[in-house]
Amino acid sequence: MMMTTTQSTQPDLLYSEEEEALRAAVRDLLSDHCDVAGVITRTETDTPHDPELWKALSDGMGLAGLLVPESLGGQGATHREVAVVLEELGRAVAPVPYLTSAVVATEALLACEGEEAAGLLTALASGRTIGALAVALSVAPGGAHKTVRNEDGLLHGELTGIADAAVADVLLVPADDGGLYAVDGDAVTLTPQVSLDLTRRLATVTLDGVRARRLGAAEPAVRRALRSGAGLLASEQLGLADWCLTETVRHLKERKQFNRPVGGFQALKHRLAQLWLEVVNTRAAARGAADALATGSADTDVSVAVAQAYAASVAVHTAEEALQLHGGIGMTWEHPVHLYLKRAKADSIAYGTAGAHRAALAELVDLQAP
Amino acid sequence: MTDAAELRTRTKELLAAHPPATTDRVDFLKARFDAGLAWVHYPEGLGGLGAPRTLQAVVDAELEAAGAPDNDPRRIGIGLGMAAPTILGFGTEEQKRDFLRPLWVGEEVWCQLFSEPGAGSDLAALGTRAVREGDNWVVNGQKVWTSSAHLARWAILIARTDPDVPKHRGITYFICDMTDPGVEVRPLRQITGEAEFNEVFLTDVRIPDAHRLGEVGDGWRVAQTTLMNERVSIGGMRIPREGGMIGPVSRTWRERPELRTHDLHQRLLKLWVEAEVARLSGERLRQQLVAGQPGHEGSGMKLGFARLNQEISGLEVELLGEEGLLYDDWTMRRPELVDFTGREAGYRYLRSKGNSIEGGTSEVLLNIVAERVLGLPSEPRTDKDVAWKDLTR
Repeated sequence: MMMTTTQSTQPDLLYSEEEEALRAAVRDLLSDHCDVAGVITRTETDTPHDPELWKALSDGMGLAGLLVPESLGGQGATHREVAVVLEELGRAVAPVPYLTSAVVATEALLACEGEEAAGLLTALASGRTIGALAVALSVAPGGAHKTVRNEDGLLHGELTGIADAAVADVLLVPADDGGLYAVDGDAVTLTPQVSLDLTRRLATVTLDGVRARRLGAAEPAVRRALRSGAGLLASEQLGLADWCLTETVRHLKERKQFNRPVGGFQALKHRLAQLWLEVVNTRAAARGAADALATGSADTDVSVAVAQAYAASVAVHTAEEALQLHGGIGMTWEHPVHLYLKRAKADSIAYGTAGAHRAALAELVDLQAP
Repeated sequence: MTDAAELRTRTKELLAAHPPATTDRVDFLKARFDAGLAWVHYPEGLGGLGAPRTLQAVVDAELEAAGAPDNDPRRIGIGLGMAAPTILGFGTEEQKRDFLRPLWVGEEVWCQLFSEPGAGSDLAALGTRAVREGDNWVVNGQKVWTSSAHLARWAILIARTDPDVPKHRGITYFICDMTDPGVEVRPLRQITGEAEFNEVFLTDVRIPDAHRLGEVGDGWRVAQTTLMNERVSIGGMRIPREGGMIGPVSRTWRERPELRTHDLHQRLLKLWVEAEVARLSGERLRQQLVAGQPGHEGSGMKLGFARLNQEISGLEVELLGEEGLLYDDWTMRRPELVDFTGREAGYRYLRSKGNSIEGGTSEVLLNIVAERVLGLPSEPRTDKDVAWKDLTR
């Protein structure tokens, strides 16, 4: 067993000036196009996702193509920039298929060779085509997942828990012959599932003899896609947690009870300080994972597992504390904290639970089970 | 401005003039100090060259490569980390000239006489009295948790010079001669069995006014410099993965499969992740400081490490099972350094209990984060405008 207890180089855990500029631009766009009251209202319409915001992010800013090489019409950027975008999308709990299409589906296609995959990468980079990997959101990197049957070139089967499938123009479907196939969204039956997370919905995908184009081998593509998804999800969780902390601090400075600002009570201050420590730590872990993915570090598997094993519980803890410390208003549909709690809780299952990532670490760093 | 190339040249000149192999250790250190290569960010003539602090690494690397002796910074940490910056910031020219060189070289060990039995977290309430008599101050009181007091030549001391004003305003900062006959040092035995620290009893100790640091009554502000530097010297180190308390327990886990249980496995993995994330946080802080972007993150590092050290060492004792019921040595000893890795799990468990008390309790540090970082209001204060002598005791 190889030991991974030392590293030759340290990851770059800071944000570059360019990354900060990108953050500022995304935050500006979100403050104009993604107000949280609007997001709440939208959850009960026929379009819970926000196509105009998606258009502004992809068409307007080219963000859907960050991971796609310039030769295929993308930006040729890295996971570090993607992570910054995800922090901001998390902070706004934005209902767009960025993680699913621009990260997970894109990474699956990057693992495939050939013209079919290249063409799809160009399409996804533009944002005018949305892709979704047809693997349940709960599956961890390297974890078992369902496949569909390939019968004489036609795909049959039903896949559940597919995030953002309802808005996908193309689905990347793993089949029982070991292949990954591209399937047009309108060739399958999509049944929305009532989802805990109102801003990242799941759907069931039913294939009933669908013609499909083979992209390549499913196993390496799915593994790569889920690893990036898990690693970069930590940045979304960081954004969620940071919003929850910031809003709660703001609220407790303004809210007065017992003739004083509630935020002056030591019992509450200590809880907020504790959350701040967790957010600071999450930032380091999320930057570590993003940098490892960006540089193709030999330490990537460890960095991703550490980030996800840590960030998942921080996002949930911060959202739960935000709700509690807001008091009654936090329990209302009108106040946005529930969007963050629902996203944070769903994120703690997405791409593998913290426990699944700890189990992966047990192997990676040689701390074997009894 | 002194740059890296010039520092390399100066270091090579020092090494050529005083070859480490044939030069007495203390003579070499004195020559290094006089060449301005002791702490390059200090002024010329006081061991430095007024260069950026980050360039010290250039000098240290050259000297290490040449096998030059160092000043054993762990032995004189209080002098280097706390007394020196305070003397530099508030000392007279004479004080700087007299004290900094033997301090840095290590000829004179320093200790810190701040905490008292009645003034821990509320340090500003301290009661050790200093009364002016002609050109001297006469000091009476008791200090506690003083490391190195039994080795020290000098102490930095804060004492009350005016009991009739609110507590923060009546304090003055002194340099105390530890060889004064009125200074009595007694070992303070800890729960580990040994005595790293001391109690110091001050009875009619006479301190010349020339050994006052800063103005009379301004000691609290002077002490802030000392305490700020204490926190800086706690952060800032690069630590490898498994470099902290998680290292020994991870090694035991790998080497002794017969000790493993499912419950311990889950808890170990969780702590391993937290230790690795804390390490990354420290590394991120270090990168921020190097890049000249100091953040607030340093305020939290100690809080995190205190809790982790306690939980990890607690798990380690439990992992050892029957052996966890034993302890390596209760003998009363006077260790010069805290050595977490040279002793066994039981020692680590007991000693790390102090991590959330020493250098600011975790409760006080959480208040500092809440108030200074998050901007939350402080609790209503009843002690700000009350004369020290009228405080509740």
